[in-house]
Amino acid sequence: MDMDDVPTQQRNKLPDHLERQRTRVTCKADAPTHTQGFQYSGAFAAMGVDNSVSVEKFCNSFKIKINRLTEDDMEFDMIGVDASIANAFRRILIAEVPTMAIEKVFMVDNTSVIADEVLSHRLGLIPLDADPRLFDHISDDVPNERNTIVYKLHVSCEKGSQRLTVKSGQLEWLPEGSQLLMASAAQGEKQKTYTSFGQSQKNISGRSIGVKYKDITIARLGPGQAIELEAHAVKGVGKVHAKWSPVATAWYRMLPEVVLLKEIKDGEAEELVKKCPVNVFDIEDLGNGAKRAVVARPRACTLCRECVMGPTGEQVELRRVRDHFIFTIESTGALPPEVLFTEAVKILEEKCERVISELS
Amino acid sequence: MPPVMPGPDAVAAEGDPDALPVPTYRSLAAPVRRPVDKFELLPAFLKVRGLVKEHIDSFNYFITKGIKNIVQANNRIEARSDPSIYLRYKDIRVGEPSVQVDFRVETITPHFCRLTDRTYSAPVIVDIEYTVGKTHVVHRKPNFIIGYMPIMLRSYACVLNGKDEAELARYGECPLDPGGYFVVKGNEKVILIQEQLSKNRIIIDTDNKKRVIASVTSSTHEVKSKTVIVMDKEKIYLQLNQFTKPIPIIVVMKAMGIQSDQEIVQMVGRDPRYGDLLYLSIQECASERIYTQQQALQYMDDKVMFPGPGNVKEGRSKTLLRDVFVAHVPVENGNFREKCIYTAVMLRRMLDAILNSDTFDDKDYVGNKRLELSGQLVSLLFEDLFKTMNSFAVDRMNKNSDMARSSPLDFSQLIMQQDLITTGLERAISTGNWDIKRFKMHRKGVSQVLSRLSYMASLGYMTRITPQFEKTRKTSGPRALQPSQWGMLCPCDTPEGEACGLTKNLALLTHVTTDQEEGPLMNLCYSLGVEKLSLLSGEEIHAPGSFLVMFNGLILGKHRQPQRFAKSMRTFRQSGKIGEFVSIFVNEKQHCIHIASDGGRVCRPLIIADKGRSRVKEHHMKELRDGVRSFDDFLRDGLIEYLDVNEENNALIALYEHLDQDDVQRSSITHIEIEPMTILGVVAGLIPYPHHNQSPRNTYQCAMGKQAMGNIAYNQLFRADSLLYLLVYAQRPLLTTKTIELVGYDKLGAGQNATVAVMSYSGYDIEDAIVMNKSSLDRGFGRCIAMKKYTVTTEKYANGTISDRIAKPQRDKDGALIKQNMRALDEDGFVAPGQIIRNHDIYVNKQTPKAIPKTPGTTLTDRDYKDSPAVYKGVDGETTVVDRVMLCSDTNDKLTIKCIIRHTRRPEVGDKFSSRHGQKGVCGTIVQQEDFPFSERGICPDLIMNPHGFPSRMTIGKMIELLGGKAGVSCGRFHYGSAFGESSGNADHVDDISHTLVKHGFSYNGKDFLYSGILGHPLEAYIFMGPIYYQKLKHMVLDKMHARASGPRVLLTRQPTEGRSRDGGLRLGEMERDCLIAYGASMLIFERLLLSSDPYQVQVCRKCGLLGYYNYKLKTSFCSMCKNGENMAKMRMPYACKLLFQELQSMNVVPRLKLTEG
Repeated sequence: MDMDDVPTQQRNKLPDHLERQRTRVTCKADAPTHTQGFQYSGAFAAMGVDNSVSVEKFCNSFKIKINRLTEDDMEFDMIGVDASIANAFRRILIAEVPTMAIEKVFMVDNTSVIADEVLSHRLGLIPLDADPRLFDHISDDVPNERNTIVYKLHVSCEKGSQRLTVKSGQLEWLPEGSQLLMASAAQGEKQKTYTSFGQSQKNISGRSIGVKYKDITIARLGPGQAIELEAHAVKGVGKVHAKWSPVATAWYRMLPEVVLLKEIKDGEAEELVKKCPVNVFDIEDLGNGAKRAVVARPRACTLCRECVMGPTGEQVELRRVRDHFIFTIESTGALPPEVLFTEAVKILEEKCERVISELS
Repeated sequence: MPPVMPGPDAVAAEGDPDALPVPTYRSLAAPVRRPVDKFELLPAFLKVRGLVKEHIDSFNYFITKGIKNIVQANNRIEARSDPSIYLRYKDIRVGEPSVQVDFRVETITPHFCRLTDRTYSAPVIVDIEYTVGKTHVVHRKPNFIIGYMPIMLRSYACVLNGKDEAELARYGECPLDPGGYFVVKGNEKVILIQEQLSKNRIIIDTDNKKRVIASVTSSTHEVKSKTVIVMDKEKIYLQLNQFTKPIPIIVVMKAMGIQSDQEIVQMVGRDPRYGDLLYLSIQECASERIYTQQQALQYMDDKVMFPGPGNVKEGRSKTLLRDVFVAHVPVENGNFREKCIYTAVMLRRMLDAILNSDTFDDKDYVGNKRLELSGQLVSLLFEDLFKTMNSFAVDRMNKNSDMARSSPLDFSQLIMQQDLITTGLERAISTGNWDIKRFKMHRKGVSQVLSRLSYMASLGYMTRITPQFEKTRKTSGPRALQPSQWGMLCPCDTPEGEACGLTKNLALLTHVTTDQEEGPLMNLCYSLGVEKLSLLSGEEIHAPGSFLVMFNGLILGKHRQPQRFAKSMRTFRQSGKIGEFVSIFVNEKQHCIHIASDGGRVCRPLIIADKGRSRVKEHHMKELRDGVRSFDDFLRDGLIEYLDVNEENNALIALYEHLDQDDVQRSSITHIEIEPMTILGVVAGLIPYPHHNQSPRNTYQCAMGKQAMGNIAYNQLFRADSLLYLLVYAQRPLLTTKTIELVGYDKLGAGQNATVAVMSYSGYDIEDAIVMNKSSLDRGFGRCIAMKKYTVTTEKYANGTISDRIAKPQRDKDGALIKQNMRALDEDGFVAPGQIIRNHDIYVNKQTPKAIPKTPGTTLTDRDYKDSPAVYKGVDGETTVVDRVMLCSDTNDKLTIKCIIRHTRRPEVGDKFSSRHGQKGVCGTIVQQEDFPFSERGICPDLIMNPHGFPSRMTIGKMIELLGGKAGVSCGRFHYGSAFGESSGNADHVDDISHTLVKHGFSYNGKDFLYSGILGHPLEAYIFMGPIYYQKLKHMVLDKMHARASGPRVLLTRQPTEGRSRDGGLRLGEMERDCLIAYGASMLIFERLLLSSDPYQVQVCRKCGLLGYYNYKLKTSFCSMCKNGENMAKMRMPYACKLLFQELQSMNVVPRLKLTEG
């Protein structure tokens, strides 16, 4: 047997195609391949390559790079983790980081066309500008200043006036607790309200606890209609109801990698540049009229797969880097996105500790 | 896609053929080139006519003309004894909808009637002239009310007629509501369109014995009859119900005064083949020795079925011939010639059919059908009631005139005595039973309650056509799709099951004609050269080259230049000189010109084309867009005309103006469609890309669109429907159609745009089930409100002196409620709006008197009342809220309390959803958002649908909807998917959609790169994902789920009750029993059938075998037959078995039990 055909195998290094399979997801025109990756630590043991996970490796390779950070959204690169870790953060962000949201509505008067239940549902979905870390979960105990935020909404549309739109900004924070009196009070006793606040919430939160966006339409009132209600917000998690989810959404995508397998020149190059709707490619002038296509902005790739289709499709390969995640968090406003992420890390840490303590 | 305009000006293009674009291969293949965007005509048409124009038109015709004709025909009634005592109706009209309350007239609005269970009716006012007293002084009385007639909404008599949106809102009416229905006793009733075979037309057909028959159903104001001429064993006979036997046709002809056989043959036609076929019949007549009219009549007299009184002098058969035989052909002064010619034409058509089987008539052909609309049906009813009222009055007058009275009655006192017309009309419309003996009409289900389940359901009801046949017939003929339905009846919208293909729906542009005056038209025909029949000899009638002119089934005469005649008639119509719905149809095969002006024909507007060139030019359309030209102007200027099904046969209708073809190719085109998508109806019009779907899917969607929840009307929250389903956040479909915009579905949508991922997930999506995203549901997807009305009436007793009362909730000293289920009540005894009401709560605290006191006038005290509260029965654990409480007094002055109870529901596992492509499915599971897959842009689907739903259903339209919707959300423009719209720019091409998708960074095929939400890695396939409009259907688990352990039993058999509403048991039926037997599970079957159902212990006498009883005093069992208790045995048997034995005994059958020791 002629050994010349077999490529020379370097010890402790995977051959190119395997390395590609290990670290990249290839997005072909018809379907992506190698999406799962290799989980088994000894997958390449025969070739002397260690595929195991170790803290040391992780510490060496893990990197976070923030690309964009605004008041309510951020994008950062998370490099050097497995998809399952990145996904864990995503899942925790959506479902397990607590926030405050309106849970109970005490309807005093509602003569608007919107039904009480629907109005309450709408109120529940309004993002509140309250730091959930200052509050406790309400269990069976009475609502107090530590677990409940009280809002009041009292709007009416005068008879003969124009139609009125009730906006979320009209919700009024009651730092001293509920103003509604409980129906049955024994004689002589001071009438109870629906909350029992020990102190003003102003002392707990340094600033006023309003709604995040003041222009969300809650209802519309016609002449002669009125809404009077009190809304109690409590702490909860997105798992129970989406209103407690601190993010509009949080997701990641793997870093796109666009590779030109062959040199693409002149007419074909121009065609390729034109094909891409997000301008991944650019043209490089080689002098004396010759042109060459180069990959200029691979991050912009949205995987429309136009470049891998058609006659020139063979020359381009779209890949995703398996351990590089472009993570986006869109906060609903209770907490800034970077704080949300650290909260998510804390929750994951807590979970891990619980597992460890269960095991030991 | 913008329409392609050839050159700057279409008018210039007409003058200059070179201006046409040079035909290329591509342009030849595509019928796209549209010089004129005709689409604007469609909204213009619907603006003028509305969606249910045919109903309103026909009712308008009745209240303005029809009613006058009826009264005109019966305007004088007189006493039998003295004809000078009379009453004459001088005029009749329908007033303004109103009620009389304590002799005060109050105008009413439809919404008021809906809420207070009243009938929306208007007085029928007559001006009368009658004689009074013994001296017969003539009195005149104007504005005399003879009754109240239910008024169709939006008709001329309705207060809503011609009102704009703001005024309608003030009346509490929805501006999108089309009207066309009645409000009777608070219920909205539609009189469905009835389909019938046309009247007064010759139909050649074969009967069930395969004999050739020619039949005519004659119908005039006076008589309705059916004449059948049949060919039996090569001889031709007349069949009339009034004759016991078929009469040879030659005898009939002779009886009508034709002398010679030669003339008969001449009248039928000179072709020797006719003679051959008639030979045997002539011979039969001769063999009966009938030669003269007298002999023929004599022969026929013997065969009359019921020789009643009749006109003895004239002979019974002659009367029959005059009044029953083809009754619609008039006999003037005893001249039967017209009838003879008519009979000859019938014979000729029959013989033609024998010689050439192509000339048989098709009963299912839409041109042979007439649609009976509410106006005509109410007209029949009114005519009957009016005549009945008059004959009652005459009867009373005759009876009274015999008696001597001081002040003699006059007719004006008699005609109003009973509110015959009021109750008659009201009863017929509210029950739907049209029983009119006078016209031999016994129909059930003519009117139905207008379904207000969704806006589409009520629109669909208004266009529905019910068949005349019974639905059990297995024949496929009437159920099949007829080619002549094109453009007139919707090919998609028909129910599944027994009424499939029989119940049809009108297409979008269809119009149903109303009657038009015949006299002027006939005169016009004569002046255009129609030769009168009476001037023609038998020979001349069928002279070659000349055509018979038939007018509404009558033979008017003949014309020598048929095409010229037809052309000039059509010119008259196009110029508006004669009614636009008159149809002129040249039947080349039968050598006939049919002119029709009768009501009930279906027709539709078409653009007239001269040699294939549309008469509607760009400048016309511009004028329309600028608002200076209306649809009626198009009609008046002869640019558009209505064609009925028959006349369509004389036209060559192109879908588009084929500008790129040469003149020769398109010279034969006479008309151009306004818009091809109008072949579909209103309900099918909301399907996007229906022409890409498998046909039955569109039919399924038509049925399902009516069950979808959404918004019903703008006034939906102020209505008092017994059951109302509303979607909380109904949306407008992202992928719309032009029909949707025309009918207002974009304003009253019934669904939501859901982001759908087509992939398999979790296994809970098999068999069309849908996986739903919990967060989507949290945010309001599929949330709906179910509102139910509960009515309580307080009864009155003892002539209204005593009635039920509503009591305050009873409280103890501390003010706490005595009964906890009164917590929802207000202090007035009614439930408080906004209050949460739970199962077993009282919503009206009603009390009824225990007994009616014998002496009137006694006041009842609290003690004399017993509680009879209305208790709410709801689902435990659900929060239902009282929406409104409405009080009104009904027509009998009883207090009616209507409580509307609202329940807001979020989707749960088992609720039914459907897209707009007949793809229904239940919610299989609800999954957390974080477990759902997400795309590179962070988009997470709202629901997941299994891809197995596609291959067998072949709903390509749904896929295009997804693509179009996705392109729509990315570029911010609503995309269109109108039927057949790609070539006219009313639907977006998939190519263009794909381009838009790519432009916004999506794959052209709509497939996205998704990451698994559970594992985090990418999915191993690209997933087809995008928005699809989903409907929530009314079938919800909450209304259906049912289980019980032990519970209520039926009194008679002591077996568990049946049905969910009675908390019934689940039956172990025969088939289940068979299974248990097959398993040999005898103990189980014993337990199920005997112990768990109706076990009972009986005492059986071992001696006589009969059932005894147990005497509890003596503590022994006893046989009442043997009169002792010696041989008694105890045994257990089903109670139903014991009951059977006793029932048998009561019928003198003795069942004896023979017992052996077990």
